[in-house]
Amino acid sequence: MESEVLIEARSLTRRYGPTVAVDSLNLTLRKGEILGLLGPNGAGKSTTMKMLTGNLAPSAGEVLIGGQSLREEPKAAKRSLGYLPEQPPVYGELTVDEYLDYCAGLHGIERKARATAVTSAKQDCGLTEVSRRLIGNLSKGYQQRVGLAQAIIHRPPVIVLDEPTVGLDPIQIREIRSLIAELGRNHSVILSSHILPEIQAVCSRVMIVNRGRAVYNEPVTTPTRFGAIAVQFRRMPDARTLETMNGVGAVLALGDGRFRIECRDGADPREAIARAAVEGGWGLLELRAEMRSLEEIFVELTSGDATLPEAA
Amino acid sequence: MSNILNIARTESKRIFLSPLAWAVLAVVQFIMGFVFINLLVDYAANPSMDDTVGVSDYVAGSLYGFATILLLLVMPLMTMRLFAEERKANTLVLLTSAPVSVTEIVLGKFLGLLGFVGAIVVLMALMPLALNWSSDLDWGRLAAGLLGLFLMMMAFGAAGLFVSSLTREPTIAAVGSFGLLLLVWLVNILAYNDSIPFGEAFAYISLIGHFDSLRRGIFNSADVAYYLLFTSLFLWLTTQRLDMERN
Repeated sequence: MESEVLIEARSLTRRYGPTVAVDSLNLTLRKGEILGLLGPNGAGKSTTMKMLTGNLAPSAGEVLIGGQSLREEPKAAKRSLGYLPEQPPVYGELTVDEYLDYCAGLHGIERKARATAVTSAKQDCGLTEVSRRLIGNLSKGYQQRVGLAQAIIHRPPVIVLDEPTVGLDPIQIREIRSLIAELGRNHSVILSSHILPEIQAVCSRVMIVNRGRAVYNEPVTTPTRFGAIAVQFRRMPDARTLETMNGVGAVLALGDGRFRIECRDGADPREAIARAAVEGGWGLLELRAEMRSLEEIFVELTSGDATLPEAA
Repeated sequence: MSNILNIARTESKRIFLSPLAWAVLAVVQFIMGFVFINLLVDYAANPSMDDTVGVSDYVAGSLYGFATILLLLVMPLMTMRLFAEERKANTLVLLTSAPVSVTEIVLGKFLGLLGFVGAIVVLMALMPLALNWSSDLDWGRLAAGLLGLFLMMMAFGAAGLFVSSLTREPTIAAVGSFGLLLLVWLVNILAYNDSIPFGEAFAYISLIGHFDSLRRGIFNSADVAYYLLFTSLFLWLTTQRLDMERN
């Protein structure tokens, strides 16, 4: 079942003079998804997030949050949005409690409900013991948590986090990650990062942005995302037998009974190969899909000029 | 409306949490107290100058007249942080990504600043109030003077808020708004120069002329309207400026 679309960006473009920071980027986020925005520095991640949160007007394209246009009804659209920018927007001269109470008010939480909202946000972000401290005196990691608490205090359906784990220690990073994973169950989260393991650990879907374009947009656990199969047989069959099989593209003999089989798009001939090997008595020693790790995909897509034309 | 009040409350709180506000209040009060005592001693030394000049004229007229110069110096310091510092510390995003309109942000900040303006007006009122037990004061006259001070600071504040929205450096905002205020203040110099046309218009635009009549106890709604218009103009410019920033 398709769940509700919470955030939708259509051909989002942003130009700064002659430079195009983001180029017709499409993005859809459904309820319960955690989308990781990945990209090298200057790829347009932060610009995209600024546009998604209404802090920057797109040069072209449109953003819908919960079905409401960010341009035409900014207030209604922003109500279902929580945003943690790269630098937490905290006032150092206020205490954590004062600050969160202010944010709760800004996001339209009724006066009576504010105290509960503040308490639960503090609990979620592990801030309860620093409630009365001045934010300016807290460490960077705690300030980051205060920023995060601010983004989730009104329990928005969409949470946008720009590099949420920067400046945190490894334990805090784990805590924040599990918090994000937990939030992802009931909310939709977009987070940007250039830490690949983080995206893999938390996100359900990855979008790789390079030079303002979305070059990859797939679920993290896509099983079909492999281009080749590595096989090894004890008794080498004729390479042509393999080539004639369904779904098999080119076959490259690597010697010593090893082959690298390129698959046709979307095909998975592993089962057929195994059956043929048993029937032909080829002595199958090894059969595995050459999964490309996120890192390999990332490097491949962002190092050259490669773009998947239909990645959207 | 509740958004405006919420922003205003926090803004006021943040102003009074900063040592700058207290330093400014202390310095203003010290200097004004010095001038006030001087004026009193002066008045006591020449008691029978003229029956028509009373202590209220002396205090409201001269003390509040002097206050304008001091406030011209001080208000840019109070307005410089409003937007410039938020932009510098990247905290403006908190407001711009919350479900509040730009107008609400500007009005909230401005109302918050008026909290500080109110504190100065109270301090200014306390000095003549101290004479209430030993003399008969013309409270109507003092009230006109205080209203004038309030309106003038409101205008200063709006102009400073606008300049603060232009830059990300608080010091530049302070220098800029000081320059702007001084310019609007001094524009009536042109009125004294006969070779320049529209002299009367320049005199009317100047910030200072409209305060003078209030200081003398003459309440003219045109003067009040002038300050209100001046304030609204700069508040509107600020919203335009912030709106532009998104593009």
